[in-house]
Amino acid sequence: MEKKLPTIEIIEKYCKGCHICVEFCPTKVLEMKGFVVSVKNLEACIKCMQCELRCPDFAIKVTP
Amino acid sequence: MAYDYEKFIRPGKLPHIWCPGCGHGIVMKGLIRAIDACGLKKENTAIVSGIGCASRLPGYMDCCTLHTAHGRAAAFATGVKMSRPEMDVILVGGDGDGTAIGGNHFIHACRRNINMTYIILNNKIYGMTGGQFSPATPTGDKASTTPYGNPDPAFDIAKLAIGAGATFVARGTAFHANQIDKLIAEAIQHKGFSVVEILDDCPTTYGRRNKFKSVIEMMNHLKDIAVPVKAAEKMSPEQLKGKVLTGVLYKEDKPEYCEQYAKVIERAQAAK
Ligand SMILES: Cc1ncc(C[n+]2csc(CCOP(=O)(O)OP(=O)(O)O)c2C)c(N)n1
Ligand code: SF4
Ligand code: SF4
Ligand code: SF4
Repeated sequence: MEKKLPTIEIIEKYCKGCHICVEFCPTKVLEMKGFVVSVKNLEACIKCMQCELRCPDFAIKVTP
Repeated sequence: MAYDYEKFIRPGKLPHIWCPGCGHGIVMKGLIRAIDACGLKKENTAIVSGIGCASRLPGYMDCCTLHTAHGRAAAFATGVKMSRPEMDVILVGGDGDGTAIGGNHFIHACRRNINMTYIILNNKIYGMTGGQFSPATPTGDKASTTPYGNPDPAFDIAKLAIGAGATFVARGTAFHANQIDKLIAEAIQHKGFSVVEILDDCPTTYGRRNKFKSVIEMMNHLKDIAVPVKAAEKMSPEQLKGKVLTGVLYKEDKPEYCEQYAKVIERAQAAK
């Protein structure tokens, strides 16, 4: 069975590029693209929700 | 599902004013999850603050909010709670607001044991005004007003609250984001004056002066110094050097102020 990929929504106008989500993602799914974050490797996401929990700016939402 | 924080945020208020990596936003998310978990109603919840970056928090919340004078959150909140004891009253502010200019109001709110929850975002500095030292700045640390190192010892805010009579005192950190809502929820449910100190980061005015190269270093520092109270019981004084205890530090049941005041009114009326 194919595994269901999560949806990671990044609200670019809220993101301040602090790196917190990039650093504390355990599987290195996220990266900085210029001043805002972007999804580099969605397949590696383990849906732990750490990025959503830690973002100080309400800028990242994970729907598992 | 992704957590719906927006249902407690005033429409059109984001992005907030806090700097990149400022932990105030992480605490606000914890507060929202706690309010939600406790089932508080927006129209019955008052969030009261003084002045400072931390004190901007209520302005974003879609509840009944009061942004008052510097250090005076406890005074205004006491007025709200005494006139409307059925309301859930939550105070929010920084270490400067709460323990410098507002220190007097803080200790007396603790002493009275009035049923409110006070969340202190302790980033060890006056962030809003450019990084002057506060009563929570550790000895030796640099601030704009202590460029050669702070000669003063710092308050331990949680201990101060316990000493002054608060009946629920807890401490968390902006790194331990998952714990913030649980501590605040327990504080809200406690009947009496509850203090939740969250050790926070101010990368802009504190971090850069004190050799933190990044927000991530500040977050990892919070992770390194925190020791849960239970774990600390098995540690020696040497092992606990430089650490801070986290979790629920103190809890006790004592008569609540609004109830005591209602009895005073009853006695006075009976004496007429
Ligand atoms: C009566 C008065 N004195 C001084 C100020 C200037 N002032 C504004 S915010 C602040 C300190 C805020 O620090 P803190 O409460 O620690 O919050 P932070 O900004 O670090 O979140 C000061 C001194 C003021 N607004 N009013
Ligand atoms: S949910 Fe977890 S694994 Fe997925 S991107 Fe966020 S932090 Fe990384
Ligand atoms: S934690 Fe939030 S603000 Fe910081 S880089 Fe990630 S999405 Fe942007
Ligand atoms: S100055 Fe400090 S406390 Fe104020 S918003 Fe910036 S990082 Fe946060």
